[in-house]
Amino acid sequence: MNEAVFRTRNLTKIYRTGDVEVRALNGVDSELYGGELAVLLGPSGSGKSTYLNIVGGLDRPTSGQVTFRDQDLATLSDGKLTLYRRNHVGFVFQFYNLIPSLTAWENVALVTEVADNPMPPEEALAMVDMEKRMTHFPAQLSGGEQQRVAIARAIAKRPEVLLCDEPTGALDSKTGVIVLEALTRINRELGTTTAIITHNAAIRNIAHRVFSFIDGKIAEVQVNDQRIEPSEVVW
Amino acid sequence: MNMLDRKLVRDFGRLWAQSLAIAMVLACGVATLILSVGAYRSLEETRATFYDRYRFATVFASAVRAPRHLKSRIAGMPGVLSSELRIAEPVLIDVEGMREPASGMAISLPEFRDPAVNRVYLRRGRLPEPERSNEVAIVETFADAHGFEPGDSFEAIFNGRKQRLDIVGVVLSPEYIYAIGPGDMVPDPRRFGIFFMPEKVMSGLFDMEGAFNDVVLTTARDADTRVIIDRLDEVLKPYGGGGAYDREDQISHAFLDAELDQLNAMATVIPPIFLAVAAFLVNMILSRLIALDREQIGLLKALGYRNLTVGMHYAKLVILISLAGVLIGSVTGWWLGRGLTRLYAQFYSFPFLIFRQSVDLYILAGGVSIAAAVAGAAKSIWSSVALPPAVAMRPPAPTTYRNTFVGALQRLGVFSQLSIMAFRHLLRWPVRSFLTMLGTSMSVALLITSLFSYDSIDYMIDAIFFRADRQDATITFSVDRGPQALIAAAAMPGVMRAEPYRMTPVNLRHGHRELRMSLTGVTPDSDLSRVLDLDLHPIATPENGVILSERVASKLKLEPGMTMEVELLERDKRLEEVTVVGVAQSYIGLNAYMHLDALDRLLRDGRQISGARISVDEAMLDELYDVIKSTPVIASIALQGVSRDRFRATIEENITTMSTIYVMLAVIITFGVIYNSARIQLSERARELASLRVFGFTKAEVSSVLIIELALIVLAAQPVGWLIGYGLSWSVMQGLQSDLFRVPLIIYASTYATASLVVIAAAVATVLIVRRRVDHLDLIRVLKTRE
Repeated sequence: MNEAVFRTRNLTKIYRTGDVEVRALNGVDSELYGGELAVLLGPSGSGKSTYLNIVGGLDRPTSGQVTFRDQDLATLSDGKLTLYRRNHVGFVFQFYNLIPSLTAWENVALVTEVADNPMPPEEALAMVDMEKRMTHFPAQLSGGEQQRVAIARAIAKRPEVLLCDEPTGALDSKTGVIVLEALTRINRELGTTTAIITHNAAIRNIAHRVFSFIDGKIAEVQVNDQRIEPSEVVW
Repeated sequence: MNMLDRKLVRDFGRLWAQSLAIAMVLACGVATLILSVGAYRSLEETRATFYDRYRFATVFASAVRAPRHLKSRIAGMPGVLSSELRIAEPVLIDVEGMREPASGMAISLPEFRDPAVNRVYLRRGRLPEPERSNEVAIVETFADAHGFEPGDSFEAIFNGRKQRLDIVGVVLSPEYIYAIGPGDMVPDPRRFGIFFMPEKVMSGLFDMEGAFNDVVLTTARDADTRVIIDRLDEVLKPYGGGGAYDREDQISHAFLDAELDQLNAMATVIPPIFLAVAAFLVNMILSRLIALDREQIGLLKALGYRNLTVGMHYAKLVILISLAGVLIGSVTGWWLGRGLTRLYAQFYSFPFLIFRQSVDLYILAGGVSIAAAVAGAAKSIWSSVALPPAVAMRPPAPTTYRNTFVGALQRLGVFSQLSIMAFRHLLRWPVRSFLTMLGTSMSVALLITSLFSYDSIDYMIDAIFFRADRQDATITFSVDRGPQALIAAAAMPGVMRAEPYRMTPVNLRHGHRELRMSLTGVTPDSDLSRVLDLDLHPIATPENGVILSERVASKLKLEPGMTMEVELLERDKRLEEVTVVGVAQSYIGLNAYMHLDALDRLLRDGRQISGARISVDEAMLDELYDVIKSTPVIASIALQGVSRDRFRATIEENITTMSTIYVMLAVIITFGVIYNSARIQLSERARELASLRVFGFTKAEVSSVLIIELALIVLAAQPVGWLIGYGLSWSVMQGLQSDLFRVPLIIYASTYATASLVVIAAAVATVLIVRRRVDHLDLIRVLKTRE
C-alpha cells in the first residue's frame, strides 16, 4: 500500500443557522492513499461533500485534524489554502463550472498559466478526447463534453489529488460512462489520487475502495478486490 | 399588504446599496434643477419686485448742463409715465485709514418728496434734510465695507474742494444692485461708494442751479423705448446730451441679466445629464434583477398573475427608487437654493429677498425624474412579462461568446486568460459597456465644464492686465481737457509714464445694424495700454481708420476694408464715414479704437483728452494719491492692480464654491455608474469568479478580472469625457457672451488631468468597496447552485 496522502482524525464540521445546529461531519477518521481511486457514497446530507470540501481546502473543519502529507490543512491561512488548491488539487463539479467567456482550450490554459509544472492544454484535452473541440465555447458543447473539458482543466496542472463532486450527476448514462472512463484513465496513467462523490451505487465497483457515509460518519469502508471497467457499470 | 408588495419591500431592502446609488444620481438631477430654476426664479422675482416698488427707470440719459424747464417736454413725451431730473456727478472719496482714493457717485434727491423714478430704499437712519449741506445717505455695500453707520462721516472731493459729509442714512438703490466702479470688473464696495444728497446742496456744489445733468424715465409697458430714446436725445442735444439708453444697457441690470442667463444655462445643461445617467442605471440594475427573477416571474404567471400585475410590481420598485431620489434631491435642492439665494443677497444689493418655492417646480422635477427612471426600466419590464411562463421557468440559455478579435489578441500570447475573460465579457455586452463608459465620461465632462472657467479667467486676466491694459492706474477727467492736462498728469509725483486717451460716445452703423458705444482715441506709441490683435499681439493704431473689437465687428458684420457710419453723439449726431482697418481682441465691453489724431480730426476741436493711463513708482503712491485727491479736474481714478486682485479673488471664491459642488456631483455619478456596473458583473459572474477561487487563483487575481474590465471602461471614458466636456464648456461659454464681457474658451491640459484624476480616484474607491465582496464569495454555495 502506498503512503497516505490525506489523513483525518475525529474530523467534525458543524454548521449553525440561527438556533439550528447541523453536524455535517461527526468525527471522521480516514486515510486516502496515494494513487488510489476512492468512491464516496451516501445519501444527501450524509457529509460526503463536506468531507471533500475540507480535504480540498474549500472549507475548514470545526474540530479535528486533516492533514495533506503531514501538513495541517485546518490551520492554513486563506492565502495558504489558495496556494494549496492551486498547486495540489484538481476539482470537477456536477455543473462543470466552465468559464462561459473562454473557449475549451482557454479554460484549460486558465489553470496551466498559474501552475508550476503543467501539461500543455492540448495534451490535457487529448486525454479526455476533446482535442478536436478546443476552440469551442462552453455554450457550443454538450454536457458530457463540458464535463470532459472540466476534467482536462482539473488534471492539466498534474495535481496530486483529483476531487470530483457528482461528476456524472447531470449526465445521461452513456455520457456518464465516457466521463468515468476519462477519470479512471487519468488515475491509472498519471497515478493521481482520485475521490469521486456519487449518489449512484452502481459506480462503486470501479474504485479501489468505497467509503459509505451516513449521518456525518464513515459507516463502512469496502475494499474492491475485483474492479470493473466503467463500460461494465450497469447504470 | 399583498405578497407582491412584500416582495417589493424586501427587494428594495436587498438592493438598498444599488438603489441608493441610483437615487443619489437622480437626487443630483433634481437638486440641480430645483437649485438653478429656484434660484433663477427667486432672483428674477426679487429683482422685479424691487424694480417695481422702487420705480426703476426704463430709459436713462445724461447731459452736460440742461435747464429744468425741459421737464414738461420730457414728461410730455408719448409713452413716458414719469420722469426725474437729477444731478449725478462722479466724485473722489477720501476715507480715513484708506490709502487710495475711492471713486464715488453723488446723486441728487428731490426736496420734500420721493423721487418719481429710481427711489431709494431706506435701510437705516433717515434721508438727508434739504437744508443740511453736509448730510448724505450712502449705499449699504459701501457702508458695510467701511463699517459706516448713521452718525459717522467721511470726506469727498467736490471740484477739488474737500468736504466732510455726515452719514444720516443707509440706503439701497435699484440702480446699483450690482455696483461696479470705474475700471473695475467686479464690484468692490470698499472703493466705490454711491451717496445721495439733497438737490439744492448738489446744485450749489456743482454749479447746477436750475439745471440737471441726468434724467431717468419710466415708460408705459407698450411704449417703444427706441422712439423715446431718439426723442430724448433730440431734447437734450443742445445741452451736451445724447447717448440715452434703455434698461438693457444699464450696467447693474445687464450684469444681473448675465447672472440669470448663467443660471438658466445651468438648469438646461446639468440636470438632463443626471437624469439620463440615472435612467441608464435603472435600466442596468433592473435588467439584471429581472434576469435573476426570471424563474419567479414564470412562476407568478403560472400561478395566474396577469402581465400587468407583474409589470407593475417592477415598475413600483423603480418608482420607489425614484421617489427616494426625488426626496433627497428636493431637500438638498431647497437647502442649496436658499444658500445660493442668500449668497446673491450678499453679492447683489437687494433690500429684501424673495425665495420663491414654487410647487410646480417640485412636481416638474419629480415627474421628470420618475419618467426618466421608468423609461429606463421600460424595456426590461416589458421583456419580463412578455415571456410565456413555461419558457421563463426554464433557466435561460447559457451566454454565448464569440471568438471575435479577442481571439487574435489571444494568439499574441501577451494576455493572460484572466484578461481574455475581461475582454470577452466587455465585448459580449457592447451596448451596456458603451453606456457605462458614456456614464463615466459624463463625470469627466461635468468636471471640465465646471473647472474650465478658471482657465478662461486666468487667460483673460493675463490678456487684460498683462498684455492689454498694463497701466497702474487710469485717470479720468471730469470733462475733456487740452494737451496741457497730459503734461500736468505726467508731472504728478511718482508718475513714470502717462499716455493720453480720448473717449466719445458714438453710434456705429452698418446697414440696418447699429451699436451705441464709445470710440477711444489712443496714440500709436501707447505702451501701457495696448490694442491687441486676435492673437494678442499689440497693434499700433494707424493714421486713419478704426480698429473694432471682435464682438463689435461681428455684430455689425464688418471686416477690415469695409466702411461704416459713425454718428457723433456729442457733435449734434453728425455722421462721418470711417473705414475699418483692423479687428482687435477684447474681453470686456464693446470697443473701437482710433489714432488720437484721427479722432481729433473727426471731432474737429483740436487736441482734447479724456484722461490718462499712468504707470507709477510704488514708493511715491501716497504723495500721488494726495495730489489726486486735491486735483479738481480728476473725476475718478481706476487702479489696475487693485481691480485685478479684487477680480481674481471674487472669481476664485465663486469658482471654488462651484467646483466643490461639481466635484461632489461627479463623484456621485462615478460612484453610481461604477458601483452598479461592478455589482451587476459580480452578480452575473459570481459562479465564474468563485470557480477561479476554487482553482487556486488568489483573491487579487480573481478581482483583477473585474478590475480589468472596469479599468478599460474608465480609461476609455477619459478621452470621450474630455470631448464632451469641451462641447459642454463651449455651449456654457456661448451662454456667457454678452456686450459686457466675453469669456474665451480656454481649457488647460491640467484641467483635463484634474477631471480625469478625480474620476479615476472615485472609480478606484468604488472598485475597492466592491472588491471586498469578491473576497468574501461563498465558494461552496456558489458552486453547488445551478446557474
